Amino acid sequence: MHEYSIVQAMFDRIDQVARERRATAVRRVAVRIGRAAGLDVSLFRSAFELFRIRTICDGARLDVEEVAARWICPVGHGALPEGQPLVCEVCGRPARLEAGDEITLMKLDLEVA
Amino acid sequence: MCDACGCGDSELVPVAVHERILATNDRTAQHNREHFHDHHVTVINLMGSPGSGKTAVLEATARALSGGSKLGVLVGDLATDHDAQRVRKAGIVAEAITTGSACHLDADMVHKGLHRLPWRSFEYLFIENVGNLVCPAVYDLGQDVNVVALSVTEGEDKPLKYPIIFRKADLVLLTKVDLLPALPQVQVERIEENLSLVMPKPVMIPVSATTGVGIDQWIRWLKGVNIPRGAACAIGAPSW
Repeated sequence: MHEYSIVQAMFDRIDQVARERRATAVRRVAVRIGRAAGLDVSLFRSAFELFRIRTICDGARLDVEEVAARWICPVGHGALPEGQPLVCEVCGRPARLEAGDEITLMKLDLEVA
Repeated sequence: MCDACGCGDSELVPVAVHERILATNDRTAQHNREHFHDHHVTVINLMGSPGSGKTAVLEATARALSGGSKLGVLVGDLATDHDAQRVRKAGIVAEAITTGSACHLDADMVHKGLHRLPWRSFEYLFIENVGNLVCPAVYDLGQDVNVVALSVTEGEDKPLKYPIIFRKADLVLLTKVDLLPALPQVQVERIEENLSLVMPKPVMIPVSATTGVGIDQWIRWLKGVNIPRGAACAIGAPSW
């Protein structure tokens, strides 16, 4: 249920940006969430729906871009096949998670008077 | 205002943020880490399911290090300070962080908890996280290493069900191995195989806090953790 505290942290940041820009409303919130980030996107959405009421985000739409997990060889032997041990098949080095760990606030559409 | 015609309508302004949502937590965690390194304190984030044996591992660690390294523990607990009381009885300086309904510790809770603990005098500070295999993995606390306690009774496929926490682990302590004779269906090799599917550098030490099996190996691993940027250290120790 940490999705709720993450959404709360996101709202704190949105408030800050909205104040800096003297926005009167937030129309769209775009986030990027990796499939290996440990977040449940449907819980994230429901937390957003609950928290946005009577805030500057009351009329905002939430756009979530999900990012697939991608493990690669750290020295360039390419991506690892899914469901295999996390070591490069060519050189045996431990793999690196190149994408899929994101919990990122990407963009806001602000209404400015 | 609409600049084109002066009609008074508001204007829609796109703003790129491109920032981790937990950036504030990350900054506090880094602040904690700098404090720890300034005072040469090695910090271990100990995670695992409720009942996986985290507190028993701390008790066994205190017994093994008694008279040697100075330990301290910050214990995250939903509602009680029972675990803190248990580790105090084992001779460890401990403080509880009662999280209420929060399912994890964050860097700010740890920072506030430090104010109640003489942590500067410790060689090792353990942060016993809330018993949970999902939420704690997402929050940096300022630790040097993540250790996950996984008990043999939890099922061989636990790493596959909760890959994130195992991916972030520097070490898995396979606990309660004294129970293995009563669990003929549990194969330790199978657990190791499953860990290799979710941990890029799988390191697992089987231990029993009851019989003391594996505790020496765990203590050697712990002593091999170098801060702040450890050079290559003993076999099985993490590299950053």
